[in-house]
Amino acid sequence: MSTETSGQSVSAETTPNPDAPVVQVGPDAGTETGQAGDGARPGSRPAASVDSVANAVATPDKEQPYAALGLKPDEYQRIREILGRRPTSGELAMYSVMWSEHCSYKSSKIYLRQFGQKVSPAMKQRLMVGMGENAGVVDVGEGWAVTFKIESHNHPSYVEPFQGAATGVGGIVRDIISMGARPVAVMDQLRFGAIDHPDTARVVHGVVGGISFYGNCLGLPNLGGETYFDPVYQGNPLVNALAVGVLRHEDLHLANARGVGNKVVLFGARTGGDGIGGASILASDTFEDGGPTKRPAVQVGDPFAEKVLIECCLELFKGELVEGIQDLGAAGISCATSELASNGDGGMYIELDNVLLRDPTLTAEEILMSESQERMMAVVRPEKLDAFLAVTKKWDVETSVLGEVTDTGRLVINWHGEEIVNVDPRTVAVDSPVYERPVEYPSWIDALNEDTAANLPRPTAGDDIKGDVLALVASANLADKSWITNQYDKYVLGNTALSFPDDGGMVRVDEESGLGFAVATDANGRYCQLDPYEGARLALAEAYRNVAVTGATPVAVSDCLNFGSPENPEVMWQFKRAVEGISDGCLELEIPVTGGNVSFYNQTGDQPIHPTPVVGVLGIVDDVARRIPSGWQDDGHNIYLLGTTDLELDGSAWAGTVHGHLGGRPPKADLQREKDLAGLLHGAAQESLIGSAHDLADGGLAQALVESVLRFGIGARVWLGDILDRDGVDAATALFSESTGRVIVSVPREDDVRFLGLCEGRGYPVLRIGVTDATSDTLEVQDLFTASIDELREASRGTLPQYFGATIG
Amino acid sequence: MRIGVITFPGSLDDVDARRGVRLAGAEPVALWHGDHDLQGVDALVLPGGFSYGDYLRAGAIASRSPIMAEVIDAANSGMPVLGICNGFQMLAEARLVPGAHTRNAHQQFIRRDQVLTVENASTAWTTHFEQGEEIIVPLKNADGRFVADPATIERIEGEGQVVFRYTHVNPNGSINDIAGVCNERGNVVGLMPHPEHATEPGFGPDTEAAMASGVDGLRFFTSALDALLARA
Repeated sequence: MSTETSGQSVSAETTPNPDAPVVQVGPDAGTETGQAGDGARPGSRPAASVDSVANAVATPDKEQPYAALGLKPDEYQRIREILGRRPTSGELAMYSVMWSEHCSYKSSKIYLRQFGQKVSPAMKQRLMVGMGENAGVVDVGEGWAVTFKIESHNHPSYVEPFQGAATGVGGIVRDIISMGARPVAVMDQLRFGAIDHPDTARVVHGVVGGISFYGNCLGLPNLGGETYFDPVYQGNPLVNALAVGVLRHEDLHLANARGVGNKVVLFGARTGGDGIGGASILASDTFEDGGPTKRPAVQVGDPFAEKVLIECCLELFKGELVEGIQDLGAAGISCATSELASNGDGGMYIELDNVLLRDPTLTAEEILMSESQERMMAVVRPEKLDAFLAVTKKWDVETSVLGEVTDTGRLVINWHGEEIVNVDPRTVAVDSPVYERPVEYPSWIDALNEDTAANLPRPTAGDDIKGDVLALVASANLADKSWITNQYDKYVLGNTALSFPDDGGMVRVDEESGLGFAVATDANGRYCQLDPYEGARLALAEAYRNVAVTGATPVAVSDCLNFGSPENPEVMWQFKRAVEGISDGCLELEIPVTGGNVSFYNQTGDQPIHPTPVVGVLGIVDDVARRIPSGWQDDGHNIYLLGTTDLELDGSAWAGTVHGHLGGRPPKADLQREKDLAGLLHGAAQESLIGSAHDLADGGLAQALVESVLRFGIGARVWLGDILDRDGVDAATALFSESTGRVIVSVPREDDVRFLGLCEGRGYPVLRIGVTDATSDTLEVQDLFTASIDELREASRGTLPQYFGATIG
Repeated sequence: MRIGVITFPGSLDDVDARRGVRLAGAEPVALWHGDHDLQGVDALVLPGGFSYGDYLRAGAIASRSPIMAEVIDAANSGMPVLGICNGFQMLAEARLVPGAHTRNAHQQFIRRDQVLTVENASTAWTTHFEQGEEIIVPLKNADGRFVADPATIERIEGEGQVVFRYTHVNPNGSINDIAGVCNERGNVVGLMPHPEHATEPGFGPDTEAAMASGVDGLRFFTSALDALLARA
């Protein structure tokens, strides 16, 4: 992916340049892929514009624009020390993007190490590739593996919502391809400003349109994700994208350049002037009013080029024509060459003139930094080059050989016959600066924690409770999201077993056996503002539970950590605590973090966003035929509540929606209980005992009941008395509290005894709280209120169209 | 019986169409746009997707692919040909079926489980339906608005060339709710919705009976099998 500040693994995006001499496979048969001016050769540029290594040695005192490229004075000095001279302008360009926060993780590195340190043997069992590669890879059995990762594309999506979001999808998908996998699904985690703010519709239309345009055209089912609205994201919306790929074990590929004499090949779209400096300028800085427009730093995507690139890469893998492969994302060719070289035999020679260009006027520095999309770099044995080129020609993918792997330990790049880069690639890609930034306990947090929602007036009369339920159902964050999801293709590839609005997505991997994976993500910025450690654990717990309710077994984690400026010590404290929360939680649940991404500088002016660590959990299911849907489909099923309810309204959707309140301490997450719950649900799924299961989260029991009714339009009668007696809470708390470890399930009467036996055997608290009723067309909460399905549906479906236009269908 | 599914650059539902053919009991054959070779198949499917990124017009570039010369000959000689979504657009661009497609009236991509009424149950791809039957088939498109000049509309309505009509909701502004049409002979059928996405229980559209249980699409392919057996 491209432009974001990032984290556990660095991925890059850049684009190639087509006019290159060496090998060029032009498009035939009318392909549109990157057809820019053939024939426009860069060779005509005046040689005086080339800042060669020799020139750098000769002119040590030349002033260099390092600050404009995002480097600090001490970082510039460090580069001079490494090289023993001033950097050439090309080297300066490379270091500036690769040492950016986005690419180098310089502020987060010291904390991210915990993900690798807090591990038990059980956590390594299924892990084929861990952090540091383009994406983590998990063994799912039967010779299959699944790779998945979440990345952010926040800053570009604010500047240019459509292309920013589109290329966010494109970037994460290329990470998946570079592992040797076929991408099979995407999801998105979106956070926008207040739904009624005049600028929000611009961002929403652009982002959703961009995801729809790119993902649909790429032929990947969108399984859903998250959409939240909160004023804290007004000047800094979050657009995170998750992609999942599947591969056979033997197809695993890694990003390294081994084998002296092997060819370094750039293929895909041509390199243009888009996205130059995206990683350093956009993703690693905050937005200020009045500065120059940053739009030119956003990349422009072409999903058709990426679709043929996917098929082309998979055919290359199948033919065993590739030794190593890397996608081009943030920092483009700078990143791909330096990372491939660092991970391989250590040396590489590149003729930059061979890059196929979309715009022949680009300078060498621009070519090195460009983040043009839909490009890949491969390392190919010389004897396989012809076969490689035959495949790229078949798919009309333009290709040029840039150079080869060497054993010099140096990355050397020539341009117009002059050496413009000569560096140790590890100093660019690996040994970037590491910062131990100041950390400070936020001055405001104690007062915030004191201000508990328990003091807010809770409704007691039935009509008042019903009013609060309807307000929640219609609130921007809990309302029906069909306006968004109706723009996404969930059918393509024919393997989608569960998708929006179910709690988790599920996809079949093997058509014969039914083997599949489930995936879900979660983040709650409000909880994290109250307590980033607990908030992060809660996100992990909920994503884990969302996978468990599908009947799958959770096995791995990816995260995308969205925070404000790391130069703000209070933000660094939030970050530190959140990483501790996730890593401690993963150790407790015994599922590994396989990779992820960090996005800093999510703030406009001085106001950081709420800390928003998005946690994605992947699960395995033996046979997708045993999936558990999230809504009621049948009449007369008993409704059970698993888990117990405490007075935990702090940070809740109820406190936010009804009282505009945020304060107190978030609910407690008991991860051992989450584990027990997941085991219980898995057992019930194996025996096909339950008709549906729905996680209780934002909006508590009330929202879960309404969603279960609305999923297929089946009503229910529910009573709260037993909950009130057992847990000692009032009706409003029973309905709106967000205590964790809770799920409602529906069970056919004939399976009642076995289901209760299962709960008893595992010691999990269970109460029968109602029965489904296909004839009533209402949700009745006895002694409190009755709401018709039409009334609930109208409340749920009316909100987004009110601001964004009619929902089609 | 062997049914060919042609892959163009940017085809997305070719795998799904081959699966649908297989589930219907025929043998799917993968064909490549750049070949002048139909490999002796008995029927053809032009699948959905975004061939050539919908550049110029949806289906326009693909309709000039090398293999389309053979497709046009086969269609004119009576071979059953089905164009789905982007394949429908290609058939229209190749003038094998009447009409054209423009951007959806609401300007957005739309994906929904669509109710269709079968208007003509005697084409090569629809004999296993009842005239007037309502079926559920997933729909997903950005450029799905069927348009034609008034004379053409009058003619195809009169000649029974309207094969499917959107029912309850017109999702894209198509004239007369037209979702699918055929050529005069009835062997070439094009429609916007995706029958290949309604061929396997558990992965199809929601129905009254259960989630994801819709398999109405299967009958497109079994109809073609019957048509082929009748010819054989």
